[in-house]
Amino acid sequence: MGSDLPEKGLVLLSSWASMFGIRVMIALEEKGLEYEYWGQDLGNKSATLLRLNPIHKKVPVLVHDGRSICESLIILQYIDETWPGADGASCFLPADPLARSRARFWADLIDKKITDAGANLWMTKGEAQAEAKKEFMESLKLLEGELGEKPYFGGETFGFVDIALVCFASWFHTYDVSGSLNMEAELPKLMAWVKRCQERESVSKALPDPLKVYDFMLILKKRYGIE
Amino acid sequence: MAESEDVKVLGAWMSPFVMRARIALNLKKVDYEFIAETMHPKSELLLKSNPVYKKIPVLFHKGNPICESLIIVQYIDETWTSVHPILPADPYDRAIARFWAAYIDDTWNPEVRKYSMANTDEERAVVAEKTFAGVQLLEEAFQTCGKGGNWFGGDALGYLDIALGSYLAWIRVTEKMSGLKILDGDKFPQLTAWADRFCAEEAVKGVMPETDKLLEFAAAMIARMKAASSAK
Repeated sequence: MGSDLPEKGLVLLSSWASMFGIRVMIALEEKGLEYEYWGQDLGNKSATLLRLNPIHKKVPVLVHDGRSICESLIILQYIDETWPGADGASCFLPADPLARSRARFWADLIDKKITDAGANLWMTKGEAQAEAKKEFMESLKLLEGELGEKPYFGGETFGFVDIALVCFASWFHTYDVSGSLNMEAELPKLMAWVKRCQERESVSKALPDPLKVYDFMLILKKRYGIE
Repeated sequence: MAESEDVKVLGAWMSPFVMRARIALNLKKVDYEFIAETMHPKSELLLKSNPVYKKIPVLFHKGNPICESLIIVQYIDETWTSVHPILPADPYDRAIARFWAAYIDDTWNPEVRKYSMANTDEERAVVAEKTFAGVQLLEEAFQTCGKGGNWFGGDALGYLDIALGSYLAWIRVTEKMSGLKILDGDKFPQLTAWADRFCAEEAVKGVMPETDKLLEFAAAMIARMKAASSAK
């Protein structure tokens, strides 16, 4: 892997366990786009990563023709808008403004409510963990309600909110064990939706083995000095 | 003038987030009804239309509620397309505008707000340093995004102008309360000039709170918050 970014084409800086990076991988795969994958060690951040994302110093970063885009949901919209497909047929976001606003709302909720609560399920104990458990489960129940009887959040087609949430699927086992959640019983429609999404090649290729993720979590706990 | 399509904004005069929705509608020359939210307690309308967050603003269009200020601004842009585009046309420029708007909301503004709750000079110094570092980034972003124009949006007021500009009254209040010059004309000439330009805009003038009125409101709010946190 060279440290020079190609002048043309796509490069994704990410890390195998990063759910946000997984979003971008799914999106690129869905659009049939070729890209170089530059795996990052987040415990020892590369000069390239720090140069391309100086403010947040995080993955994922997508580089397109030498220009970088940060923040996974922003990257998703960039990909969607740059490669809309014939008549916008392969778009993640629907055409109708109201439906788009709703998709954005739920994706934003996932970022606001699932990310930190999920992390706190394994990073904290006692009262903090109990609060995280409550917020996590309530938010997923809300999302399950939003999904309803639809095959995907996007309706008949796999879309923006589906990508925004399914990236967490490999972490569900970790959350389940850490928080004693029993997600399979509590969120049957959502778990069925996960399986449906995993039938898509874009998703199955991007999602890491949940057991690998669990072991990784244990390593992180040690690294952060968490009991 | 857009035909009456039953457009309403549920909000309050002091909220920067509500301002964003109103500025966007004003730019699009869309008539709307402003419904002042009661706040304490929250109205039935708010609880029903935004059950998840229970927050203002809520935009109503043809009876449909839309929540979250930046999502509302994008909805307005995508619905009324024949007048004053708000998001840039190019996908990369859009990504950059969205990035900075998220930075302002998620990183910079929360830092600035810490100032009034800081208890020691040391705490205040840390907040001040981070605040200025952020303003420097925004000064640079203005040049990159604006491409020589008067606005973050270039030749016309756009998404990022609305995102940052809606905070200006609160920034001025923070300056008065802290004695810090956040928009320092010597350090940040482009942003300082932009701020005056923004406040003078027709679409903004009527919805930007007066600094003194907001100062009074802020002082009362901070007193309440400090009392609540010391009572714990």
